[in-house]
Amino acid sequence: MKPAPFRYEKPRSVEQALALLAAEDEEPKVLAGGQSLVPLMNFRLARPSLLVDINGLAELSYIRREGSRLRIGALTRHAVLEESPLVERHWPLLTEAVRLVGHPQIRNAGTIGGSLAHADPTAELPVALAALDAGFVVRSRSGARELHWSEFFVGQLQTSLQPDELLVETVVPALPAGTGCRFDEFTRRHGDFALGGCAVTVSLDPDGACTRAAIALLGAAPTPIRAARAEAELVGRPVTAESAARSAARAVQDLDPTSDLHASGEYRRDLIESLVARSLLTARGRAREGVPA
Amino acid sequence: MTRIRITVTINGAVVERAVDPRMLLSDFIRHEARLTGTHVGCEHGVCGSCTVQVDGSPVRSCLLFAVQVDGREVRTVEALAAERDGALHPLQEAFHAEQGLQCGFCTPGFLMSVEPVLDRVEEMDDAQIRALISGNLCRCTGYEGIVCAVREAARKMASPSRSRPGGAS
Repeated sequence: MKPAPFRYEKPRSVEQALALLAAEDEEPKVLAGGQSLVPLMNFRLARPSLLVDINGLAELSYIRREGSRLRIGALTRHAVLEESPLVERHWPLLTEAVRLVGHPQIRNAGTIGGSLAHADPTAELPVALAALDAGFVVRSRSGARELHWSEFFVGQLQTSLQPDELLVETVVPALPAGTGCRFDEFTRRHGDFALGGCAVTVSLDPDGACTRAAIALLGAAPTPIRAARAEAELVGRPVTAESAARSAARAVQDLDPTSDLHASGEYRRDLIESLVARSLLTARGRAREGVPA
Repeated sequence: MTRIRITVTINGAVVERAVDPRMLLSDFIRHEARLTGTHVGCEHGVCGSCTVQVDGSPVRSCLLFAVQVDGREVRTVEALAAERDGALHPLQEAFHAEQGLQCGFCTPGFLMSVEPVLDRVEEMDDAQIRALISGNLCRCTGYEGIVCAVREAARKMASPSRSRPGGAS
C-alpha cells in the first residue's frame, strides 16, 4: 500500500512541464489532484518513473466565459466548479454533475483535467461534457491542438493524449435559449461509482417543439457515448412521456454494457433506459420553466 | 531517490524534514511529525479516516505526497482541543454526548471533514449532513449517532454567534 519510488519534479511553468513530459528516458505521469492516480500508485498498479506535479501552475486554474463559450482550466478543482455561479447559471448541467463526483474531500482535491485525462467510463464530468459537445485543448512542445470530446476519449481509461502532451483547458459551447438539462445516475451508496447514468439537454422552441436534444450515457460503454438516433427522433415535436420512453428505448437498443460483480449488463441497460426517459422529462420541464436547474 | 527538503506548518508548528518523494502525507504526519491522531485505514482514498485539512480544506492525507504540502498549512485532529487549551471542541463534545463513536478509529476523519463546515452554516438538515459525511466510513455506529452529533454541534455553534454577531463565541 505504498507507492514505488519515483522522481518528483514541480515545474514552474507550462513550458517546463511540457519539457519534462517530453523526456525520452522517463515514464512520466502528470500529478494533478491525485485522487485517481495516487490510489493506483498505492496499489502499484501505476509505477511512473517521474511525477510531474502541475499543482504549482496557477495559470491552469480558472473558470471564465469568453464570448459565448466557457473555458475551464485543467487544474480547476471540482469544488470550485461546483460553487461557480457562472457555471450554475449558464451550464447548470455541469453543476448538477459535479455534485455527484466522489465525496467533498475528493472534490476539494480532484481537478477537472485530471478526471478527464483519467477517462473512467463511470466518471460524471466526461459524460456531461459529451452532452455539451465540449472540446479539450492539449499542448505539447510542438504546439497546441483542440480535440472534440469524441476524439479525446478512446477507451476505458484511455485518451488520445500523447505521452508528451498536457491537457490544459476544457471549452464548452453555450446552450441555446430555451434549453433544459438533467444529469442523473444510480449508485448503491452516496458517492460510489455509478452503475449507470446519463446527461441530457432538451431545447424547445416557443411552441414547445424540440429543436435539439443531447443524450450522453454513463457506464454504457468504455467511453462516454451519445445516442444520436434517439436524439434525432425527439426533434420536431413536443417531448411527451411516450416520446421520451421511445427515445430512451432507442438510446439503449444497441448497448452492451459490462457485466461485473456490481451489476449485470442487462440490468445496466434497463437502468440507463429508465434514467434517460426520466431525465428527458425533467429537462423538458426545466426548458419550459426557463429555470436552468 | 533523492530526498527533498520540505517545510510544513502542522497545527501552527513548523516541521522541516528531508523526505522521499513517495512519502504519503498521512505517513509524514504520523511518523515524522509524530501526530498519531490521524488514522490510516484503507490507504486508497475510500475510508476517509486520514482526512486532514490542507489550507482549510478537508482532504485525504493518503492521497497526497508530503512533498506536495511544502509551504502549506496542515491541520489535524490534535488542533481541535489544542486550540482550546485542552478543552474539547463543541463538535467533539457533541460526538461524546450523542454517542457518535464506538471504537473511535474513524472519528478523527469525521471531525476534520465536518469542522470547517460548522463555521460556514447555521444549521444542517439530515440530508446535508449525510452528504457531508459521505466520504467517511464508520463500521460501528450505523451513523445515526454521528448525524445527531453533527446536527447538535451545528445548532450549538450557531446560537452564540447568531445572538451576538461579530462577538466572541
